[in-house]
Amino acid sequence: MARAWLFGDDLDTDQMVPGRYAPFMVGQDKFHTYAFCDARPDFAKTVKPGDVLVGGENFGCGSSREYAPAALKKHGIGGIVAKSFARIFFRNCVNLGIPVLESGDAAALVRDGDDVSLDIAHGVLHTPRGDATLRPLAPFAREILAAGGVVAYLREHGDFPAVR
Amino acid sequence: MPGPTLAELILSRVSGREVRAGDLVIAPLSRVMVHDSVIDAVMAGMKQLGKEKVWDTSRVCVFVDHAAPAPTPVVADSHRVLREWVRGQGIAAFYDAGEGVCHQIMVEEGYCEPGTVIVGSDSHSNSYGAAGAFGAGMGATDIAVALALGRTWLRVPESIKVTFGGKPRRGVTMKDAIMRVVREIGTDGARYACVEFHGAGDLPQGDRITLAGMTTEMGAKAGIVVGTPEAPEWLRPAPDAVYVREVSVDLAALEPQIAIPPRVDQVSDVSEASGIPIDVVFLGSCTNGRVADMRQAAEILRGRRIDPRVRLEVVPASRRQFEDAMADGTLGKLSAAGAVVGTSGCGPCLGRTGGVLAGDEVCFSTANRNYMGRMGSAKASIYLGSPYVAAVVALTGVIDDPRPYLEASDAQFDALVAQRRAERGERGAASARSGDRSRQLLATMPARSAPFVTGIEQED
Ligand code: SF4
Repeated sequence: MARAWLFGDDLDTDQMVPGRYAPFMVGQDKFHTYAFCDARPDFAKTVKPGDVLVGGENFGCGSSREYAPAALKKHGIGGIVAKSFARIFFRNCVNLGIPVLESGDAAALVRDGDDVSLDIAHGVLHTPRGDATLRPLAPFAREILAAGGVVAYLREHGDFPAVR
Repeated sequence: MPGPTLAELILSRVSGREVRAGDLVIAPLSRVMVHDSVIDAVMAGMKQLGKEKVWDTSRVCVFVDHAAPAPTPVVADSHRVLREWVRGQGIAAFYDAGEGVCHQIMVEEGYCEPGTVIVGSDSHSNSYGAAGAFGAGMGATDIAVALALGRTWLRVPESIKVTFGGKPRRGVTMKDAIMRVVREIGTDGARYACVEFHGAGDLPQGDRITLAGMTTEMGAKAGIVVGTPEAPEWLRPAPDAVYVREVSVDLAALEPQIAIPPRVDQVSDVSEASGIPIDVVFLGSCTNGRVADMRQAAEILRGRRIDPRVRLEVVPASRRQFEDAMADGTLGKLSAAGAVVGTSGCGPCLGRTGGVLAGDEVCFSTANRNYMGRMGSAKASIYLGSPYVAAVVALTGVIDDPRPYLEASDAQFDALVAQRRAERGERGAASARSGDRSRQLLATMPARSAPFVTGIEQED
């Protein structure tokens, strides 16, 4: 089981990692310790690998900074489930190998701190109040995520997965 | 299947199969644009990929524009690394500090072939739609992959159709038109989408850059102008293409528009904002830093000096725009009026160099973003608008409708300027009074769904 971290609509990347804690300001080994430092000061200290972030509309809007999702990856989060994602954030997550899954009902079912389990293969998020349905990922995105991100995929295969 | 939108048409053509919104494509790229503020991360990405060389040196354009010339030793070091990288790669299309803003040069030098896909390391890469190209901004890893492979993955976007009709009245510009559209659509109303502009193909190239570039402020993936002079005949959306939304703007009825800090989509007619005192005016950026924009400002100024309480910073968008504005005397006029003319490039647009804002200062900018902290201190505030309004602000110290100034006789003009200056009151009062006015204005506007975000896909 994993802990669910619940967020609202329009969560912007400045809240994930404020610009003043960018890797070039605080170092590659430190910036993730500032994840949500203003919005959720408990996050970086208590988040566990496999934990799931659940959000509303437009998750990850704001700055295109890749170090925001990179910080979440460093904490080993299991995935992000939201009603919708901001465009560049969605790309950055796929490229970094962070599962990003759209779900119409997850945000309403989940309470912050719930024990949840993310079953990407079957397209569900199990929650104490029932299962939330996840929109299936395109095979292309699944292959990149399985490899751990676009860099890992390309190192292995030399080219993008086939688009089907 | 209904016919294609412009985005669907371009992405079908480059990927070699018929695609529609929602499909994924692997798109071969005609260009990749990289600029100084992300080069370290891009180089690191290529190293991780195990690719030392870009896929085609003739298709990569590199710019030093975001913090140029280097304001600090750290930035100077990063520029040096960038120059060595460019030399090592053998990339010819390299534009060093002072050549201008990446997007302006990409379009004006003809790098944006219509009907092709271009990605850039900057959120305003949507600007390439000014020539009829599908331009999209991306993060460092995406750009590293694009440089290594010459291809990228894209989800084919839905499209929003924006139609312009009529001719704007004197003193009203396409900047006002696009701000009217942003007012309608909101900062994330075009998220994932391509904004397709109809009725704008015949406009000057600069106006088309203003339109396409500001689609970024609505969260769009791309913004493309239909029927540009550069575009071949086949590059037309089908009459039965499907749009998720349609917006039309009657240019003939359009008033000058003002965006109220700190949101680009909190837009009002200039009449509602008149009298707001301003400390600094910025005339420049990829949105409004061209010779046509500088001419509009000079037309308002009529050889008068700007208000002594205001600083006017003019930054040409490129060397070509700078030289054209020198050649026809426009820059001379602006300088004689008291403007500070900066190095062609981004200037203070993103608050890194060239006259950044102090705490509590109020700026009127012709650029495209007014988020908190965008141009310097997070306590400063930024209004956005056209070059005409910017010049009126520089002249009087307050926001005002530019049209009476354009129509007035010389005597009326001087009386109007004197009256506005007198109304502005004492130096130092600008910030407090502007704050009250902008709060009043915001209170009268319909609330936007999203909270104030600190930046939509902002470069950093
Ligand atoms: S928006 Fe400003 S910082 Fe960004 S490219 Fe244009 S001029 Fe430069």
